[in-house]
Amino acid sequence: MSNSVRRRVVSRIAEALCALAVVIALVPLVLILGYVIKQGAGSLNWAFFTQMPKPVGEIGGGMANAIFGTVVLIAIASFLAVPIGCICGIHLAEYPHTRFSSVVRFAADVLNGVPSIVIGIVAYSLVVLPVKRFSAIAGGVALGMLMIPIVVRTTEELIRLVPSGLREGALALGATRTRSVITVILPAALPGILTGVLVAIARVAGETAPLLFTSFNNRFWSTSLVQPIGSLTVQIFTYAISPYDDWHRQAWAGAFLLVMMILTLSIVARLAVRRLERMNRP
Amino acid sequence: MAGAVKAPRSIDDRIFRFGTGVFAAIVLLLVVGIGFELFRQSWLSITKFGLHFWTTRTWDPVAGDFGALPFIWGTLYSSLIALMLSTPIALGIAIFTSELAPRMLRQPLAYLTELLAAIPSIVYGLWGIFVLVPMVRRLELATPEWLKKVPLFHGPPLGVGMLTAALILAVMVIPFTSSVAREILKGVPMNQREAAYALGATRWEAIQVAIGFGRTGIIGAIMLGLGRALGETMAVTMVIGNNPQISASLFAPQYTMSAVIANEFTEAADELYLNALVEIGLLLFIITIAVNGISRLLIWSMKKRVRVAAATAPPPALVEERAA
Repeated sequence: MSNSVRRRVVSRIAEALCALAVVIALVPLVLILGYVIKQGAGSLNWAFFTQMPKPVGEIGGGMANAIFGTVVLIAIASFLAVPIGCICGIHLAEYPHTRFSSVVRFAADVLNGVPSIVIGIVAYSLVVLPVKRFSAIAGGVALGMLMIPIVVRTTEELIRLVPSGLREGALALGATRTRSVITVILPAALPGILTGVLVAIARVAGETAPLLFTSFNNRFWSTSLVQPIGSLTVQIFTYAISPYDDWHRQAWAGAFLLVMMILTLSIVARLAVRRLERMNRP
Repeated sequence: MAGAVKAPRSIDDRIFRFGTGVFAAIVLLLVVGIGFELFRQSWLSITKFGLHFWTTRTWDPVAGDFGALPFIWGTLYSSLIALMLSTPIALGIAIFTSELAPRMLRQPLAYLTELLAAIPSIVYGLWGIFVLVPMVRRLELATPEWLKKVPLFHGPPLGVGMLTAALILAVMVIPFTSSVAREILKGVPMNQREAAYALGATRWEAIQVAIGFGRTGIIGAIMLGLGRALGETMAVTMVIGNNPQISASLFAPQYTMSAVIANEFTEAADELYLNALVEIGLLLFIITIAVNGISRLLIWSMKKRVRVAAATAPPPALVEERAA
């Protein structure tokens, strides 16, 4: 009898420890988000969005150039990664069981796990080294390579959410595969694919390491794709390790903006996926 | 799904298959290409130093003598500590959000913990510098003298160092392990637990049975976390102290492979120096490819087993509906 009591007590304790684990994980989440909001929200002002960085020693200024730079980098990355990633995802969803598809799927998953700094090195050697100049394009290429596997996998999964009845209906009417994909499957999967792109953007928007030696940094307004360009993340890094209080303040403001951007993107994506799942449930 | 209905075979379809296949091949090519580029750019260093590079600890750009051992040590040591801290917590989360929590709370709690993965590395680093480092420094100052004699706690109370880096890494890795482990546990067929309950098992014992069934996948989930920890750059660079020394001490400032690349890449003036840094990147690439590859294979073989188990399960009325 006492043995059974002991077992029940052990079970209770173990269950409580599991609940504790959730609490332990939520503590840093709350601490970090709380601190970013506390430090960042207060430092965020109109000048932050509209002004350029001031020289060392002068208080004030903003990160207008870095915000613009991040947008440019993401645009270049999306331009590269979205077509490749989506079409690859379509192939995986349409021919799910071929050996080729399994290998590609595996490659995409492995690519997803390659450290972003390594991707940065490759972008450096492909784009920066030949012309011996850091450039926005190099940064965009690095981010694009990071985006591809995410776009591939989310596109594939979200196309698979399209009810098979739709596909079968199209094929039964005598449509070829190309036609059924273009006129039936893609329109049905489009919201899902857009969601996948959002997820991928949210993931790479916060990347710093691959930009350090590709797009480098630029304290001035630059619209040239072949010149170094500033970015929110690299600017935060530069300011964070500097000894100036006002730069620290701006680093927090940048972090706040970045976190809000990424959280919004991922929450929107999450809600969209959930709606799609509910809509397509058989 | 597509196999259920045979599409008419036409030229059109063949073009479609080939055309989309080309884009799929680009992804394959990318992985191979990355490996090739890294090899090419580090060739000078590989041929000059050979194995010497991995086993020595001089890092002298001026004399052109490079040994990467301290960085390898730092990467492995920090990842190992991080994993020891994160694994129990991540598994606890996976169990709680798949088996124990009230149904209403499962999804929201899982989502909240996964938000940890949405915070960018640079923000972890920023928080690390300004909040965690001072906290760890206080902890180090409060460490009693006798404890500091133990090699594990030897060293000056700087705040930056191995402990801070490992703590941040642990937090960053948790969501990766917990979300995959949760998927695995959700996929374990109900009859495994029901059989345990039928034999009089307590709830925890039934969970252990489920974990036993899913162990392959759970090991995969832990390795996925390891892969993340090994390659993490910014947060670690900002708090580990960047001092190339091999020390068992948690309080000592050390250095990692990714951190040395991040710090020195832009100032690597001569070719040999650059090649040496790329060679570190190459090793990082090989290690993470191996770790991630094994992890994915484990998770896949687990999912296959789950499907087989589901196909041979008792009447569906008894089995709770679960997505594999």
